[in-house]
Amino acid sequence: MGQQGLVAEKSINHGDEAHYHGEDHHVMSIPTYLIIFGILVVGTILTWFVAQFDLDEFFIGANTLVALLIAAFKTTCVVLYFMHVRYSGKLVWLCAFGAIIWLLILFAFTMSDYLTRGAVPGTYR
Amino acid sequence: MATRVEAIDTHQEHHHVPGLQHQFDDIEQQKEATTIGMWFFLVQEVMFFGGLFMAYLLYRYKYPMAFAAGSNHLDLWLGFANTLVLIASSLTMALAVWSAQTSKKPKVQAGWIVLTMIFGMVFLGVKAVEYNDKYQHHLIPFSRDFKWEPKGEELVAQQQMIERHASEAEKSLYGREQAFGDKVRMFFWIYFAMTGLHALHMVIGIGIMLWLLWTALKGRYSAEFYGPVEICGLYWHFVDIVWIFLFPLLYLLGRHFIAGGGGH
Amino acid sequence: MREEAIVNRDIDLMPRKHYLNNGSTVASWLLTKDHKRIAILYLISVSAFFLLGGIYASLIRLELLTPQSDLMEAHLYNRVFTHHGIIMVFFFLIPAIPAILGNFLIPIMIGAKDLAFPRINLLSWYIYIVGGAFTLYALLAGGVDTGWTFYTPYSTTFSNTYVMAAGIGIFINGFSSILTGLNFLVTVHTMRAPGMTWFRLPLFVWSHYATSLVMVLGTPVIAITILLLALERFGRVGIFDPALGGDPILFQHLFWFYSHPAVYIMILPGFGVISELIANFSRKKIFGYAFVAFSSIAIAVFGFLVWGHHMFASGQSIYAGLVFSFLTMVIAVPSAIKVFNWTATLYQGSISYDTPMLYALFFMGLFLIGGLTGLFLGAMGLDIHLTDTYFVVAHFHYVMVGGQVLAYLGGLHYWFPKMFGRMYSEFWSKISAMIVFIGFNLTFFPQFILGYLGMPRRYAAYPEEMQVLNIFSSAGASILAIGLVLPAIYLTYALFFGKIAGDNPWVLPGLEWRTSSPPPTENFVRTPIVTWEAYEFGEESGLYEEGERRRRLEAPERV
Repeated sequence: MGQQGLVAEKSINHGDEAHYHGEDHHVMSIPTYLIIFGILVVGTILTWFVAQFDLDEFFIGANTLVALLIAAFKTTCVVLYFMHVRYSGKLVWLCAFGAIIWLLILFAFTMSDYLTRGAVPGTYR
Repeated sequence: MATRVEAIDTHQEHHHVPGLQHQFDDIEQQKEATTIGMWFFLVQEVMFFGGLFMAYLLYRYKYPMAFAAGSNHLDLWLGFANTLVLIASSLTMALAVWSAQTSKKPKVQAGWIVLTMIFGMVFLGVKAVEYNDKYQHHLIPFSRDFKWEPKGEELVAQQQMIERHASEAEKSLYGREQAFGDKVRMFFWIYFAMTGLHALHMVIGIGIMLWLLWTALKGRYSAEFYGPVEICGLYWHFVDIVWIFLFPLLYLLGRHFIAGGGGH
Repeated sequence: MREEAIVNRDIDLMPRKHYLNNGSTVASWLLTKDHKRIAILYLISVSAFFLLGGIYASLIRLELLTPQSDLMEAHLYNRVFTHHGIIMVFFFLIPAIPAILGNFLIPIMIGAKDLAFPRINLLSWYIYIVGGAFTLYALLAGGVDTGWTFYTPYSTTFSNTYVMAAGIGIFINGFSSILTGLNFLVTVHTMRAPGMTWFRLPLFVWSHYATSLVMVLGTPVIAITILLLALERFGRVGIFDPALGGDPILFQHLFWFYSHPAVYIMILPGFGVISELIANFSRKKIFGYAFVAFSSIAIAVFGFLVWGHHMFASGQSIYAGLVFSFLTMVIAVPSAIKVFNWTATLYQGSISYDTPMLYALFFMGLFLIGGLTGLFLGAMGLDIHLTDTYFVVAHFHYVMVGGQVLAYLGGLHYWFPKMFGRMYSEFWSKISAMIVFIGFNLTFFPQFILGYLGMPRRYAAYPEEMQVLNIFSSAGASILAIGLVLPAIYLTYALFFGKIAGDNPWVLPGLEWRTSSPPPTENFVRTPIVTWEAYEFGEESGLYEEGERRRRLEAPERV
């Protein structure tokens, strides 16, 4: 039975794989926060500004695409810096990505129905 | 009997560590668990709002002109101001977490939390003004006296927009004036549903801030124990992110159809 | 040490102090933070809902004895099958294994003192009760007649029944599910004992982890869908009303986005139980541990990509149907991997036909049929003919009852001695299992044929020529009912008068068998250090002397 019968005293080592390691307790600096704040404000102004111009001459929905890209960029700033994901462990990154992917699954597969209705002649429109 | 196992005696380490709960071995494990717990909660919040975004996506795809008309009726400047207010509140929230993490005095921590709450309440106040405006203009989609009746300049602008930008398929949908009004009503219920759910989350957030304020003033948080501040911060930033998407999708979607842009 | 004095050293007896007698006031139960007590609270409430759902099932089968709708008119029959569906899906199948067995066992299996968030665990139960109360109110005040699927526009515009009340109940209940899943995920990530690596975890834990992923990602979508349903019913804004520009199919997309993964919430925990039963009662390491573990994750992920297979005949586009149909074929693969691996585990194992193993073996056969018939339905061209017939009803009862319920019963019988320290009657449990198996097949196999013949589901009346098969089905239901009621009797009897089981009555290597039965409140006197692999039956497990054979239970010795 070897070691199985023994009772050993051992201090808990959090370095082993039995424990998940989250943040490194990285303390952000105030200048970083202020810069991110500035970027977010500029991003908001930019969103408003671009919305004034009709970009449909490039392709339909160009305005929406640009607006979403700017919003995604702002979100990335908030997530990485305000929410400390930049300095967090893998599981936090996985949560953030997972949420985005699952949202995209909902949108993509549902819209795949609506975008292809009537594509086959004679079927329901 | 051979069923005994190697074991650790954990009863020594527990006591007098502030805030440590009994199921955790140490404060490190507790902080990891609560942070991850909040992240999983936020994942489900994303999917919760996601259903509404899906409805928005579908109906905007089907009725772009009606959505543009409804959107142009919203007050752009209030929406813009609210966006800046929320971003500022995110900054003060991040600073509240920083102040706890660097063991600043309770009053300092409380100060950042109070600022966050003030910004949050300003946001809600502006939303109340906006909602009231909709009520005055008979634009509450659930009520019987919803009326989409643009007059004069507005009507002309709307018709020009449809004329210039609508596809043939969409134009045929709007054969009757009533049909257009129905689709605009669709926009307004989505507007109320999305901003309403968001506002509800803000209200809950302010309630959470109140609790955070109270515990911070009691000197609970320092570099040794600041987990609750951090996870409340995560929630607050999430609510901000939802608005970052709501603003362009609800307020700006039709501005480029109107020459010169601007509010109504 | 003080703890030694409290826990009885002799592992063949019940410990003097354990989680069940550690506090006997009402408050110590209703305000408990102990995951094991919360599991018992769930056991009682979930069983009550199962009984209620079963009563509705009996009413359905009674009505269907005759081709006319004579026992009840259609509008009453609509309520009966709706109630059966709502109760069974939301208040039995989804919580049963995770909230009872998962709650009880996961901390013990990973060597922890409790779940990560014990108070949230208790909150989950209270939310379940509140949600259940709302739904019960709706059912008893007059009922709902939309089917458990609440399709629009009937549920939003035309139904005069208590749709909103039931919807609120289900909405609230959803949060119970989300919080339980969240708790399990965080627990498995952060609270494993030293040495308990991911690949030493019992497969029961892996499958609950996968289930929890689905709970957290999917349940919020049904929550928002119910909110939209309520908005539409309250405000008539046209979200799902074609006359106002809405699309009823949007409801179906949002509904099934959750409800399809929900069926994986129902079956994945069952898979976990079966893995435990097959490996342990063959006294053999599970074949292909990593494959079985990863297949659970694969099912959880792929489960989100196939919901359109419920909508082939709804007006969904053909191309979307194509994609969903193809992906439905793909998702059969991980389930098949599990079945192959279980079979390979049985091969050259030392199989003992105890009651839990009987349930596991029945599961394998019945789930196989249920799963394969799912593929029939997943093929779009075939589904056009089979959808909304009794073929579908038979399919999902084979996987849900023949699969999930049998796994639940098997798990309950397997871990009963651990949970309560006593053993039940082997005779009655085996008889019960046989009755369940026979009754189940007699009830639901004829339904495949009925569906093939074209009998629609959710109809109180049917053509004369289908009566014989329906009579078989109803007769089978009465037998099944007996088989399901018997455990309630002999297990309750065993609670008070069963033989003392001891720490490890089955003589197995799992971590849960290395603490007392019932376990102490803190699960282990000292935190274990895990140095062995899962299902390790060899000499390394330290379970028995060389040449020792498995002990049977000795004469009862009560404390």
